[in-house]
Amino acid sequence: MARRDYLIGKMGISLLTLLFVLLLDFLLFRVLPGDPVRAVIGRNIRISADVQSSLRAQFGLDKPIFLDQFVDTLGQWARGNLGVSWSQRRPVSEILISKLWNTLLLIGLGQLFSIIFGVMLGLLAGWKRKTPFDIGALTFSLIAWATPTFWLGIILLVSGSAWFGLPTGGIVSPANIGKPLHTVLPDLIRHLILPTLTFTILYLGEYMLIMRSSILETLSEDYILTARAKGMSNFQVLMRHGLRNAMLPMVTIIALNLGFTVSGAIYIETVFSYDGLGNLVQTALVKQDYPLLQGAFLLLAVSVIAANMLADFLYTYLDPRVKAN
Amino acid sequence: MNEKPLLRVRGLTTEFVTSEGAVARALEDVSFDVLPGKTVGLVGESGSGKTTTLMALMRLLPASGRITKGKVWFNDTNLLALSEREMRDYRWKSMAIVFQGAMNALNPVMKVGDQIREAILLHDLMDRGAAEKRVRDLLEMVGIAPARRDQYPHQYSGGMRQRAMIAMALACAPDILFADEPTTALDVMIQAQILQLLKEIQRALGLAVVIVTHDLGVVAEVCDEVVVLYGGKVAEYGSVDRIYNHAQHPYTQRLLESFPDINNPSETLASIPGTPPRLTQLPPGCRFEPRCHVKINRCAEVSPPLLEVEPGHYVACILREGKEANFQ
Repeated sequence: MARRDYLIGKMGISLLTLLFVLLLDFLLFRVLPGDPVRAVIGRNIRISADVQSSLRAQFGLDKPIFLDQFVDTLGQWARGNLGVSWSQRRPVSEILISKLWNTLLLIGLGQLFSIIFGVMLGLLAGWKRKTPFDIGALTFSLIAWATPTFWLGIILLVSGSAWFGLPTGGIVSPANIGKPLHTVLPDLIRHLILPTLTFTILYLGEYMLIMRSSILETLSEDYILTARAKGMSNFQVLMRHGLRNAMLPMVTIIALNLGFTVSGAIYIETVFSYDGLGNLVQTALVKQDYPLLQGAFLLLAVSVIAANMLADFLYTYLDPRVKAN
Repeated sequence: MNEKPLLRVRGLTTEFVTSEGAVARALEDVSFDVLPGKTVGLVGESGSGKTTTLMALMRLLPASGRITKGKVWFNDTNLLALSEREMRDYRWKSMAIVFQGAMNALNPVMKVGDQIREAILLHDLMDRGAAEKRVRDLLEMVGIAPARRDQYPHQYSGGMRQRAMIAMALACAPDILFADEPTTALDVMIQAQILQLLKEIQRALGLAVVIVTHDLGVVAEVCDEVVVLYGGKVAEYGSVDRIYNHAQHPYTQRLLESFPDINNPSETLASIPGTPPRLTQLPPGCRFEPRCHVKINRCAEVSPPLLEVEPGHYVACILREGKEANFQ
């Protein structure tokens, strides 16, 4: 019962947040300079004022921004209609979805590896505190965390292609473009190695540092002493009593990162010419493609909110005290 | 005292390295016996080494501390000579510990019953089904409804948490139960209940108990023998009757005076002036000398040996007469 109430409360807050974000996303592109109708007709000044105003009426732009236009827009968004890209002349939702899978593949793999290795490294470093292993892992993580994304990407790109002959960009080789991805799996994997490695190294540092400090704090707790007094080996104590408690702060960080990286892999996708959302946002920005940007922002906001809800949900399983509050 | 002691602590000495790099001698030459089924109280001020003694006996000192000298005989095994692997078999199975009620000694994200069962399964004492039954029996024994095994520690009250801790300590049927200020941070009614529970369990199971406390009332109520610690050394050691009614060490005497007496309620409470010694800068002579009200000049120069002033009653004070203690 308590868990359900807690989750319902969290969902309510998420909905409010979503509404606020939608409002911002709507307003942001209304206050930017430029008139959609003018953008559509371009430099064709021969179109008369009458036609222009009928066009405006057709798009609903003659109505007041509040509440009519806002409600119209929400209705369109709810039906999955995010408008038409000015630069590509295709529905925004269609473009976003086609890129989303590519990005999810890259982020999913990158996050998976950085979480697994970051948690393991942090756990071992905290456990073997002040040993050469700890100092080495700490140094590596600090450097990895501080390294600029694009720089690491370029270095890996140059060395990976020069020494191991890995492809320098794209998702598949030019010959395979257009084929279903599962039919060209080896080629796909070869293309994924470098961007995934870049992504993994970048996030691994952050996860390792947080996991290390978290496990150090946990290991100083009284129940750890109880566990040792029961006759457990240090490793048993670490895995049975340390890990789960130390994972609590990690869940928050991971969820936040997941949300932001959906569109946040801009640098990596640009460096590796990876055909994903980040690359798309960058292109849309350069071309001032407002509907496309608006759609991308919407997707980002929704994924951040969804990731946060996921974290809240996981918390109720990891920490029974959450339900009580 | 013809019965063979279960635990013989001999010359236990520990050192801690402080964060400033100084060496603190937290315990020096501590010796005492624990007889089967009897209760020993470790009494003293904060920092006198009570908890350190328990931790040293279980070999659970923090990384900054180590045992430098001494022997801990459990039956005929010197625990200090065991490997860490061998020592783990003794923990909980031979000697279990109940921590302070205020401590976060139960894992907040694990069901209470699971935490108890874990100890049983860890030592391979029985299969899962039997262990599960034992968990419920143990909870019932300490007065907790077995149905609450699936609850988490935050759903328990302070007193219940302490009961659960006791149930957990009994899980592997230990020979000795250590209790580190088991009633601190509980309100008076609950304190009495927990003490009562400990006494009942001790009687029913024939457990030996070592209880750490700074509450002399608790000592009088539950202990057979008392070890008074001051600045990491044994000041006085003897039966509870000898200590309470015939205390010979000036510190013990002042300590007893500083407790309220129900027969003389109007009396103002005495306090011992001064503060306990800093363990990194111990005085060369008697550790109590700076605060002692009967000291003579020699007290600041020689460290007093533990003297046997009467059979089974030991005092570390040069003003008393007796032969130097020689523990077997």
